[in-house]
Amino acid sequence: MDLENTFKTGRWCKAIEVKDFVTLNITPYTGDHKFLEGPTARTSKLWDICKDALKEERQNNGLRDVDVNVVSGLTAFEAGYIDKESEVIVGLQTDKLLKRAMKPYGGYNVVKKALSEHGLEPNPIIHESFSKYTKTHNDGVFDAYTDEIRKFRSLGFLTGLPDNYARGRIIGDYRRVALYGINRLIEGKKEDLQKITGPMTDATIRLREEVSEQLRALSDMIEMGKIYGLDLSRPAQNGQEAVQWTYMAYLAAVKEQDGAAMSLGSVSSFLDIFIEKDIQDGKITESEAQEYIDQFVMKLRMVRHLRMEAYDQIFAGDPTWVTESIGGLLIDGRSKVTKTSFRFLNTLYNLGPSPEPNITILWSKNLPKGFKDYCAKVSIETSSIQYENDDLMRTSSNCDDYGIACCVSMQELGKHIQFFGARTNLAKTLLLAINSGRCENTGTQMVDGIPFIEEEYLDYAKIIDNFKIAMKEVARVYNEAMNIIHYMHDKYYYEKAQMALIDTNPKINIAYGIAGLSIVADSLSAIKHAKVKPIRDENGLTVDFQIEGDFPKYGNDDDRVDHIARDVVEHFNLELEKLPVYKNAMPTMSVLTITSNVVYGKKTGATPDGRAKGVAFAPGANPMHGRDTHGVIASLNSVAKIDYKDSKDGISNTLSVVPKSLGATPEMRIENLVRTLDGYFGCNAQHLNVNVLDRDTLLHAMEHPEDHPQLTIRVSGYAVNFVRLTREQQQEVLTRSFHETM
Amino acid sequence: MSPTENKLIVHSIESFGTHDGPGIRLVVFLQGCNLQCKYCQNADTIALKGGASTEIESLIKRAINMKTYFGDDGGVTVSGGEPMLQSKALIPFFETLKTEGIHTNIDTNGLIRTPEAKHLISELADLVMFDVKATTEEGFKSITGAKGLGRLLENIQLREQSKKPYWLRYVLVPDYTDSDESLSWLIETFSGNKYLEKFEILPYHKLGIYKWESLGMDYQFKEVEENTPEQIERAFEMLKPHFKDVIVK
Repeated sequence: MDLENTFKTGRWCKAIEVKDFVTLNITPYTGDHKFLEGPTARTSKLWDICKDALKEERQNNGLRDVDVNVVSGLTAFEAGYIDKESEVIVGLQTDKLLKRAMKPYGGYNVVKKALSEHGLEPNPIIHESFSKYTKTHNDGVFDAYTDEIRKFRSLGFLTGLPDNYARGRIIGDYRRVALYGINRLIEGKKEDLQKITGPMTDATIRLREEVSEQLRALSDMIEMGKIYGLDLSRPAQNGQEAVQWTYMAYLAAVKEQDGAAMSLGSVSSFLDIFIEKDIQDGKITESEAQEYIDQFVMKLRMVRHLRMEAYDQIFAGDPTWVTESIGGLLIDGRSKVTKTSFRFLNTLYNLGPSPEPNITILWSKNLPKGFKDYCAKVSIETSSIQYENDDLMRTSSNCDDYGIACCVSMQELGKHIQFFGARTNLAKTLLLAINSGRCENTGTQMVDGIPFIEEEYLDYAKIIDNFKIAMKEVARVYNEAMNIIHYMHDKYYYEKAQMALIDTNPKINIAYGIAGLSIVADSLSAIKHAKVKPIRDENGLTVDFQIEGDFPKYGNDDDRVDHIARDVVEHFNLELEKLPVYKNAMPTMSVLTITSNVVYGKKTGATPDGRAKGVAFAPGANPMHGRDTHGVIASLNSVAKIDYKDSKDGISNTLSVVPKSLGATPEMRIENLVRTLDGYFGCNAQHLNVNVLDRDTLLHAMEHPEDHPQLTIRVSGYAVNFVRLTREQQQEVLTRSFHETM
Repeated sequence: MSPTENKLIVHSIESFGTHDGPGIRLVVFLQGCNLQCKYCQNADTIALKGGASTEIESLIKRAINMKTYFGDDGGVTVSGGEPMLQSKALIPFFETLKTEGIHTNIDTNGLIRTPEAKHLISELADLVMFDVKATTEEGFKSITGAKGLGRLLENIQLREQSKKPYWLRYVLVPDYTDSDESLSWLIETFSGNKYLEKFEILPYHKLGIYKWESLGMDYQFKEVEENTPEQIERAFEMLKPHFKDVIVK
């Protein structure tokens, strides 16, 4: 099949423009979910094998198997199968299901630690190589870190920085392999390389080296395909190959890299074009189409990286963030929902609920009703999906071909990458303002120029002035750390396979983040609207706060405090925007915590909102647990006031409701959830996780994990198997506001 | 505190009301009730003291902030307590909501017959949900502590005559309100009403007992068992053929 004679032609035939192909050839679907089929016998057989393997993995302390003799790479392993005869989509990261591989270029010590936690050691030759001869990203970063950065890092002002693990977040345009075949992509990159000529500045030299690396990765990808008997040098010829080719491209990425989050992008409606053609031509049935997607998704669920236990504190539950974005509108107003969009969601029934792939619905008020209703139904029945505001993101970036990097961050596919920036602890930053620039736990001088507060009661204006000094300095140190990290990551652990599937000189944004927003907002509200008296130890460090009187709390649709939250986000983002960034990346910020809200809480002393020392933060931009007392919508509306322009990397919010509170009947629950999403995004909010669960189910799962192997819960921009969270994290989830109505 | 024209005495606010009228609703629970129903699930709203004096303006702002969620049929419900005790202040509240295009609903026991309450019933409210406590005056008294069925029927009649939609809600209390006679009375009395749009059967439950206990009050219906599914089904089947829309909550 010659694709140019099969599909509507356009710019995509001359240049690498997948988006153009999708726009010209998509078949939007406006119906309901009734056409969907259940799993085939082959799919069920495979999934049963996977379920047994997953059980073994859980029983074996989260690690079923690992290869200590091989450094992972595109061609490092022989072909691996679940059950070859039953597989219509093949390919595993290693030669065995749920067998993990070492990727030491991010940081060899982390690999060693991860292995030693399971009583294992790397092969001596690898050990020698990475101890003596091969430098890693982690080594490079610590060569360049200043004492000041180390101090901010070790005391918990900056946490989760990708300085000893891979940064992730980059989304290769995996569709390119299916649409063009790798030979054509090599041609394109060779042309690009020829055009990158002198004068030989740092940037030019670096780019020439990077493109050469990409070319090597593309050749490796062809070899990797051959291991499975696939000819990836040419374009896919039908639906099955389109799925297979796309998966192979993704597989190359996760064989090479172990980035924290490695999103898939937005492939469903692209694949639909090939699948729809096969169905129109009478070549395949609906059941076969579903089988491709079920098996593709099954493979994505089996992606694993080798992680150490400390990693689990910030990213609990062994997530991989294979984020697939589904839905949204084209700029021309047509819907991007296709039958394959439904088929992806249907995997949550055919294979049961699951955190991965991280299915993200790009919500527009103009999505077809049948799709909206089906999404709501899936949310209510599986708690496995999240939502982002397509109307907001599409219009503000004038872009309709994007994926979500990690949890919440928009990224134009093939044209744009981002540098992951973890986050800074804004609650601790506020405490600097009250403790003359010293860490509240250790007394270490972090920031100069903040006067000691003598007054018995905190004065709002003074605290704000001090807080601004603290934010400016924290932003400066944060930015310095980021620049070093990304410089070194490019140098020692460059994502050559993914970057080979992205335009040669893409736009870049640096993705800073903040944690503890609700605590900062409530603390400042308490200082402003009640009387707050700091209790200090003999060194003058705050150990507690006495609050006299009541104060408005974030999460109740009350401007008196919500505007404080909004203004703090705006201010900190402005401070970050002033600073120079590596590769001239555009600064952006998110309000997102992943599961680090627990560990951030541990590292943070008592705060003026009445939160005790060590208590977990609320996740993302959520109101603090139990303080949103006016119901779901008041809570959502507070978060919606944070302006997307100040937090373009995303504003994460997690909603947990008990089923009954959505309405009396299943139909009403669907209708009310759709309205809630329409309403929330109609207020220009950006992101929402939806959990529809009874607290009792979670309590039961804590005691009887074996009964709930697939119980999935959205935490903060991603989903986890609830039973794979630590006890502490499970308890934190339980303390969150579960909205119930009488 | 007493109600004034620009303030309401509010017990609490629920911004995600999905059980008190159509669609998603801002439910404003007002403090104070003229009855003392023995099974009251919001016992903390009964006392005429307490509550927070709240500017109507701030409630309106909340409602406006919720417009994007309301869809075609959501809006504001005032409940309680008994909202009609504050009917004077409800009038400007509802009038403003109306100019904002927001649907209004009152969840009432229907006993209050002041000119303001009548105005709300006959003119202002887009929807009224009348709570039918019992089907005889004696039954009414045994549940609420006072007689009042006659006044309720007059108010329902007023709504019917003003040709505006309303719902009836009926708590199905075993041995108190679930007899054949009671259900037949409901059919005889209301089945011909043209503007009665929905009949809600509310199964009896004891979820509110903890509130009585925390208030140091004695919950007098302790002995009454919750309905069996068969009892609910029976009532539903009996009423269903006679009304436009019968639902069990």
